Amino acid sequence: MNATTPYFEETHEHKDLSGVKKIGLALVSLGFLLLFVSASGIAKEQPTLFSILIFGSIMVGTLVYVLPQLKEGPAGIKNNNIFFDSMTSKGAAAWVAGIFITGFYVLLYWFPQYLENWIRILDPLSFALSGGPASQWFLYGTFYTIAVVFMGVRMIVKYRHNRYQIIRTASVMFFQLGFGFLIPNILKAFNQPEFYFTYFWPLKYDYLFPNSFEWLMSSGGIGIFMFFWGAVMTFIATPVLTYFFGKRWYCSWVCGCGGLAETLGDPYRQLSDKSLKAWQIERWMIHGVLAFITVTTIIVWLNSSFGGGILGDLSNQFSQTYGFLIGAAFSGVIGVGFYPIMGSRVWCRFGCPMAAVLGIIQKFWSRFRITTNGGQCISCGNCSTYCEMGIDVRAYAQRGQNIIRASCVGCGICAAVCPRGVLKLENGKVEGRYELNDYVKV
Amino acid sequence: MTHLVIVGNGISGVTVARHVRKRSDMKITIISAETKHFFSRTALMYAYMGHMKFENMKPYEDWFWEKNRIELVFDFVSKVDTDSKKLSLKSGKEISYDKLVLATGSKYNKFGWPGQDLDGVQGLFSWQDLELMEKNTANPVNRAVIVGGGLIGIEMAEMLLTRKIPVTFLVRESRYWGGILPLEEGTLVKRHILEHGIDLRLNTELGEILPDENGRVRAVITKDGTEIPCQFVGLTAGVSPNVKFLEDSKVETGRGILVNDYLETNVPDVYSLGDCAEIKTPEGERNRLEQLWYTGRMQGEVLAKTITGERTIYERGIWFNSAKFLDIEYQTYGQVFGELREGEAKFYWEHEDHKHCLKVVFDEKSHVVIGLNVFGIRLRHDVCEKWLKEQRNLEYFLENLVEANFDPEFYESFEQSVADAYNTQFGKTLKAKTKKGFFASIFG
Repeated sequence: MNATTPYFEETHEHKDLSGVKKIGLALVSLGFLLLFVSASGIAKEQPTLFSILIFGSIMVGTLVYVLPQLKEGPAGIKNNNIFFDSMTSKGAAAWVAGIFITGFYVLLYWFPQYLENWIRILDPLSFALSGGPASQWFLYGTFYTIAVVFMGVRMIVKYRHNRYQIIRTASVMFFQLGFGFLIPNILKAFNQPEFYFTYFWPLKYDYLFPNSFEWLMSSGGIGIFMFFWGAVMTFIATPVLTYFFGKRWYCSWVCGCGGLAETLGDPYRQLSDKSLKAWQIERWMIHGVLAFITVTTIIVWLNSSFGGGILGDLSNQFSQTYGFLIGAAFSGVIGVGFYPIMGSRVWCRFGCPMAAVLGIIQKFWSRFRITTNGGQCISCGNCSTYCEMGIDVRAYAQRGQNIIRASCVGCGICAAVCPRGVLKLENGKVEGRYELNDYVKV
Repeated sequence: MTHLVIVGNGISGVTVARHVRKRSDMKITIISAETKHFFSRTALMYAYMGHMKFENMKPYEDWFWEKNRIELVFDFVSKVDTDSKKLSLKSGKEISYDKLVLATGSKYNKFGWPGQDLDGVQGLFSWQDLELMEKNTANPVNRAVIVGGGLIGIEMAEMLLTRKIPVTFLVRESRYWGGILPLEEGTLVKRHILEHGIDLRLNTELGEILPDENGRVRAVITKDGTEIPCQFVGLTAGVSPNVKFLEDSKVETGRGILVNDYLETNVPDVYSLGDCAEIKTPEGERNRLEQLWYTGRMQGEVLAKTITGERTIYERGIWFNSAKFLDIEYQTYGQVFGELREGEAKFYWEHEDHKHCLKVVFDEKSHVVIGLNVFGIRLRHDVCEKWLKEQRNLEYFLENLVEANFDPEFYESFEQSVADAYNTQFGKTLKAKTKKGFFASIFG
């Protein structure tokens, strides 16, 4: 256009791929439409066909929506329009999605009979994997795994310039698909206990209950191994790994709840409450839940060792109350159902007793910290905004103070979105990790 | 009780207030006509791009001010009377002070271009500018023209791209940020600007902005006569101190409010800092304007001491700064100028992806490092500063570079590639230290 312009390269034109992305969205919608159709029972006649059509179009549609981003421009932090989009800024779409997911969890936990026709379309897959018919939990596990894997692809595309995010996301996808879905079902096919190697007490609280003990001990060699695996993970691996790497080794690399939050929940991470008030509530709640499950576990063991004689029905009531309030209502219904309204880590932050244990170790006996880089912080607030745990990262960074918080799951997004290279997740010497750097006078 | 009044609630004024409160019980009032509560100006772009809301931009929750007994007045200071120690506010109120801090920041430059006051023409500095930008781009904009190739210009370009508005970027110099960046770095940024689909026009100056029948911009004409139709013009040719309100006062001003190294003005009990302050330097040198977030904050820390009775000189120490050009981060430590000065030599390494580079400027004879620019790699501020203070030479920097690395875990290592470039350029056989091994990193 301008003959005197001396540059040698031409401006790069970016393709408009919004049309392709809309096809992807259409495919996902079609998948859900078929899902509704199948609720009528028609799909029971052709379960294989319907499950391929439903899950195939959801999975392919997600990829068709996500992959064009690779061609839409250079890689980088692209949180563009997140706070303008109804779906990611608590608008009408978010409320619809939140109520829909919450309702799904209510049906799943307490009224699975209404999901019967959906469950049946998964029979072919369930038989192939575990040798038996599908249950509501198989339906749930299938949805869950698809969400982690395919939204994981989205996460990797979004952070393709960041190796920490790529490897970490691949890790949660691997653990969900393998240890959270395939292995437990395949174990069933071999008449072994359906056991989840990546969940331990106190998150999977009943793994250290007397009835699990009896169930596993009576399942032969592999059952005995499983019980001890759970106990070793809880009492030895958890403190040791957390000492070396912080709670992130579990919460944002292995855990299925964390895996869902980091993939399906990523578009909602900015909704976490950063106020001091929320932090105060968080500390009471999460440690309260930990105390609750600890007491419950002790009571059920006391009861079982006294043959139910002394405590009577009390221990039963304790474990049932915990199971209803925390195990189902909190971790499931609120934990995931409220993603679009309260952010992706509500359960992990306010409720998970495993996170509480890991957090206490991280706070007092760990080499992990997020380091701040001299005086380079410009207080822009990207770190705090995108902290899914609601940590006011900026408050630390602008004081030149390392971030050592019980709740930090080490997802690394604060360091990724920082425009000035101020934050780095590090493991190092325990001593001195609370010291301030000299660049900012607090 | 002593009453400290601070005009301006940016990072400079707020830092003074916070640090005075830590050291003293005096009454503190901050006056601002921009927003009631302090927000991070650095995040204005993120609000426009939908990365953040105003709530996210505030570094302190609203209860913070009352808890720390810092009174906030949302008003405009129209007159400063230092004889009676009184400020007149636009609302008609008057406020008396015992000590006064002027931290009024900057305003964006207009250089008298014809049409610079048309609708749809604006710069970007304040919250009000951001609101105006929302308004100016609410109606369809087929093209925006940005005038001035500095940091705010490229931020504005990035902002507009997120609204799918095509951008033409006029830069007077022969390279982007020509006054500051050396040729290699300027070229790297240029390539990245083009990669983002921005129509970058170097060596191009704005001539005139043309109106439509409603007094809105419809096009610009460059000095070489090219007409570029557009509905929005961003004026980003720098900022200058916001000092007009002092015209009738006894506070001495030049380009900014003149202060000494203690940030004291010519009037007792009146101080100034941040963007609006012009720091006097010895005869023959040009007075300093320091228009950075960091310098505002560091000056605030120092001035709070002086105000609370411990008179302290402001020394800015070893220079550092940082920025982000679209997707590429930039840090600088020490002194790197656009052109090498007498007695300086340079080392330059660039990754083949053109998104990572390292420039080291050093003394030609001693090879002691004077400064470095780094793009796409994060370095540790404390390590770089320490090496510069210790007057380490080029070879030491390159050999130990891994120690300064601040990139996230698992990132690609560039140290040996940098050393190889050095070896090729200087005929040496330097081997860079490498990252700690797996076990050393766990137990070390």
